[in-house]
Amino acid sequence: MIRSHAGVTTAGPPPHDGSATWDRLKINRNWLGFWFMLPAAAILILFLAYPLGLGIWLSFTDARLGRSGEFIGSENYEWLAGDSIFWLSVFNTLLYTGVASVIKFAVGLYLALLLNENLPFKALIRSVVLIPFIVPTVLSAIAFWWLYDSQFSIISWSLRQLGLIRSNIDFLGDPWNARWSVIFANIWRGVPFVAITLLAGLQTVPPSLYDAATIDGASRWQMFRHITYPLLTPIIAVVMTFSVLFTFTDFQLIWAITRGGPVNATHLMATLSYQRAILSGYLGEGAAISTAMIPFLLAAILISWFGLQRRKWQQGESND
Amino acid sequence: MTEAFAAKVADPKTMLSSSSVIADRTEGMSYLQTLPRRLVTVYLPLTIIMLVLLFPFYWMALTAIKPDEQLLDLDRFNPFWTWTPTLKHIHKLLQGDYPLWLWNTMLVAVSATVLSLIASVLAAYAIVRLRYRGAQWVGGAIFLAYLVPPSILFIPLSTVVFQYGLLDTPFALILTYPTILVPFSTWLLMGYFKTIPFELEECALIDGASRWQILTRIVLPLAVPGLISAFIFCFTLCWNEFIYALTFISSTKHKTVPVAIVNEFVDGDIYRWGSLMAGALVGSLPLVVLYAFFVEYYVSAMTGAVKE
Repeated sequence: MIRSHAGVTTAGPPPHDGSATWDRLKINRNWLGFWFMLPAAAILILFLAYPLGLGIWLSFTDARLGRSGEFIGSENYEWLAGDSIFWLSVFNTLLYTGVASVIKFAVGLYLALLLNENLPFKALIRSVVLIPFIVPTVLSAIAFWWLYDSQFSIISWSLRQLGLIRSNIDFLGDPWNARWSVIFANIWRGVPFVAITLLAGLQTVPPSLYDAATIDGASRWQMFRHITYPLLTPIIAVVMTFSVLFTFTDFQLIWAITRGGPVNATHLMATLSYQRAILSGYLGEGAAISTAMIPFLLAAILISWFGLQRRKWQQGESND
Repeated sequence: MTEAFAAKVADPKTMLSSSSVIADRTEGMSYLQTLPRRLVTVYLPLTIIMLVLLFPFYWMALTAIKPDEQLLDLDRFNPFWTWTPTLKHIHKLLQGDYPLWLWNTMLVAVSATVLSLIASVLAAYAIVRLRYRGAQWVGGAIFLAYLVPPSILFIPLSTVVFQYGLLDTPFALILTYPTILVPFSTWLLMGYFKTIPFELEECALIDGASRWQILTRIVLPLAVPGLISAFIFCFTLCWNEFIYALTFISSTKHKTVPVAIVNEFVDGDIYRWGSLMAGALVGSLPLVVLYAFFVEYYVSAMTGAVKE
């Protein structure tokens, strides 16, 4: 098919006859590469790289919603440094990310190991597990909001029927209850992602290794510790990087369930920056909060990235 | 390896307990575990986790079809079931603005996904196969772009969107969602394009095909599974996106489903739970149906992006 077109339509658009430049542009791979990259580069530069830089610039200005600001140096940061709500949100974010990521990893790995067993309806179970990850976060968060209702929570009702508690649990009204409630909702949503990606990693472990270990008399724990875990480490590093990143920058789950309340007890840095920048209109201050997230993110990325690289060298793989 | 042999050489302790389960014909060595043991170590924890994972959806669906009087009276009616389902909440939903919001979400998701896929296919092909100078660095930069979260971009983006005069139009979302989608799908498609043999392209080049012809006639048809994966995953990400839609869209008629549910449904009515859950249910169904048809593509998109 291509042969029949050859010589007739070697170029897509009709060539400018006699124009050597056009021919060169068509064939030179660097130029061709430039044209192929253009749409993606335009989108990413206009709407990603530029705003990223702009955000850092805004954090040094007193910009308000609808008017550009003046350069005011590090005033926003100085103001934030003395703002107890900001530090509370940093604490909340670290707690939320730390607790949720550790539990997501533990439960996700456990679930992946369970799903890797020989089960009836294996494919069906695996697809069903991923549903919490498919459903839009806000919509499932709304369901959690209803589950956590102060009067009509089915969780409180069930525990009351079982005789475990006397009065309804105030899930979202008490600061610590609210924190644990949103952390639980985050874990609930994140576990399927961790489990299914780790399961994909587990399936690349050759079964013969387990057979050999069984013959050598290894216990199940030894098999996990010395076969599964080392082989899984690279994928664990990547999955957990993503998990930590997305948990740290989470916005929608909190916004749908508590909006940062009660008394700012569940404000994460992302929700606080939205409240300050968009709802109150202090763009500069909000941008400073966003910018303050960047060092944390870089640290998380670097730690897992270098952890991953080292593992690769240890296993003698090339760095692809 | 035969079962008898395996049982003989296995740890004596395991062998003792395995004698009763030789009939449990599972592959590998898992038959060394007894059925009661498997019940406790595998089926029980799995059942508990599955129940926890699925209960919120059950509760969402049940609330959506329960009549109002049963909704809040947990003691007179069995709260876990209803014998008198009603479509009242869903019906009320469809008479209001809800279909409009569904349409907005669909429009934005499809446009942003198509736009991103076109850009990503070109970029991924150029990085993997044209190998222009610096292509490797660009590949790395795209991966880094994937790690930039929307929640640190929305404030500056809102001023950018404002400057371009796009605030409160669907274009604000159609043009900004690709910042999340392009890095992801480029990365995914790079993986797919790498698996297509070079020889095919060389043959085509010798036959005088242009790069464009190679891309459209050889590479793309072979990468259809990758394209489907990328499309479905991007579509889901768009449907799920919240912070940009919340920030850039203010008028009710331009809202997407997630934003509308959070902002428009929350009134003082104590019976709002029925319609709220109906809204969440109807908003989730398109994705769940799509997912049900394309599970493998979905999983390969998710794991493919992580594995690289």
